[in-house]
Amino acid sequence: MSIEVIRSGLNTTFQDRGRSNLYHLGIPFSGAMDTRNLLITNKLVGNDQNDAVIEFALQGPKLKIKQNNINCVVTGNVNFTFKKNSKIYNGECYKTFNLNNNDEIDIISTNNSMYGYFSISGGFKIEKKWNSYSTHLRSKVGPNKGNKIVENDLLQLNKNLKPIIKKSVDYSNSKIEFIRVIKGTNFDYFSKDSQKSFFESQYQVTNLTDRMGMRLDGYKLNNIKSENIKSEGLIKGVIQVPPDGKPIIMLSDHGTIGGYPKIGVVISADYDKIVQLPPMSKIKFKMIDIINAEKLFKLYSEETKNILDQI
Amino acid sequence: MIKNISNLGDSSIYCDFGSEVNKDINHEVIKYFKTLTSKNIKGITNLAPSYNKLIITFDLSVINYKELVEKIINLKPDKINETVSKRKIIPICIDEEFALDIERVSKNTNLNIKEVYKHILNKDFYCYMTGFVAGMPFLGDTNKNIRLERLKTPRVKVPKGSVGITEQFCNIYTYESPGGWNIIGNTPVKVFDKNNDQDPILIKPGDSVQFYEITKNEFYKIKE
Repeated sequence: MSIEVIRSGLNTTFQDRGRSNLYHLGIPFSGAMDTRNLLITNKLVGNDQNDAVIEFALQGPKLKIKQNNINCVVTGNVNFTFKKNSKIYNGECYKTFNLNNNDEIDIISTNNSMYGYFSISGGFKIEKKWNSYSTHLRSKVGPNKGNKIVENDLLQLNKNLKPIIKKSVDYSNSKIEFIRVIKGTNFDYFSKDSQKSFFESQYQVTNLTDRMGMRLDGYKLNNIKSENIKSEGLIKGVIQVPPDGKPIIMLSDHGTIGGYPKIGVVISADYDKIVQLPPMSKIKFKMIDIINAEKLFKLYSEETKNILDQI
Repeated sequence: MIKNISNLGDSSIYCDFGSEVNKDINHEVIKYFKTLTSKNIKGITNLAPSYNKLIITFDLSVINYKELVEKIINLKPDKINETVSKRKIIPICIDEEFALDIERVSKNTNLNIKEVYKHILNKDFYCYMTGFVAGMPFLGDTNKNIRLERLKTPRVKVPKGSVGITEQFCNIYTYESPGGWNIIGNTPVKVFDKNNDQDPILIKPGDSVQFYEITKNEFYKIKE
């Protein structure tokens, strides 16, 4: 009852909805970067919405199934193939497929996006740490001793009590033109020109982007007050501006304390979208207020529910 | 007293207790942090206390900013039970193998090495907050004549257990990580122990900390 890892992929970890209430120790939420895809993945294979999935970035893992009758699914915008009875098929995302002992899945790459997900009916046999299955690599907390999944790992599976599942759903994480942002607590640290340019100019996602944060390149923001603030808490989605004037967006595995001014915060409804932007993507920010951000979150939640209800 | 409450994004509250860093203000932050922890208000997902701010994150599908601010404003923080805050005695080895920056610290402060350590060993420090990486304590305040800036070029790897100083603060690297603090020693004790489920951090906000010197032999003995 296991899956053998033939190739690990670039950044392959177990994740769930994240780990709460440990900021004060220095441990962030972590969890699947794209929450909606996590929920869809679990629903398609008939697992609980809090169950763990395998998250991969850019290049995914190659896996060999060591058990009969395993319902699998891949979500995201992902190129993959699977080998069943020695015959190779092109995989389709958001559509379950059934594999047997010695069959293989080869997750080649994410397309024009960062993260994809894989899971199986019954889920993985892993233990919760502080009430979560999420892996936080920096503090080595979570399943697999807090490490990435690597080549030759044998991933143990829970007993699958489900018969063959045939489920699919139409979904694609639509690209958005604008990332909507609420003004940060240090917005007035920046010159009027910089405040304006932050919302008018275009930024590019750089290679220095991972689960911890996303560095942007573009208009250099001019801090006219103070380049550092007294260190204070951070949250995911905060846009900090270090002395070089190039914004950094804090993502799910961020350090919990930081001392750079906060120019803005990405709204909750757009978080799943911004994390999926691969390096070289161009983005523009749009300022909105909290009332509209709340409305957009409600819309986002309803949309998520509608997708899940179709499964 | 919270001086100002604002929103940080759509799902967190930013409580500002002032702009200075001192024990009194930090005490207020910790008071609110502890009260909120014990009250277990529905929808709160995380609390990030720091020198003079408290960030409260919440689940926007359970509660919104306006509703939660109402609760925070009406909150009557508990008095801190002083016995909960403890005095922690931390052994450090200041052998040159571990005190990576001591010569520079000595040069830049115009103090000889012995004098530098006089301001570090057997002095009471106060823990303002923990974080950045898991369990890292931010201690203060160091004496004015050993206050230095961060390294101009941060180290790519600061060894685990390193004790560093910068500005009026002192910290302990709980993991090997990049960092720019001036390293003056190393502790063999586990300041963060993830295998201790109930109580993984040794030094908590509000605790007082004292360093005492150990030999290299003692260092490796404790490490075992």
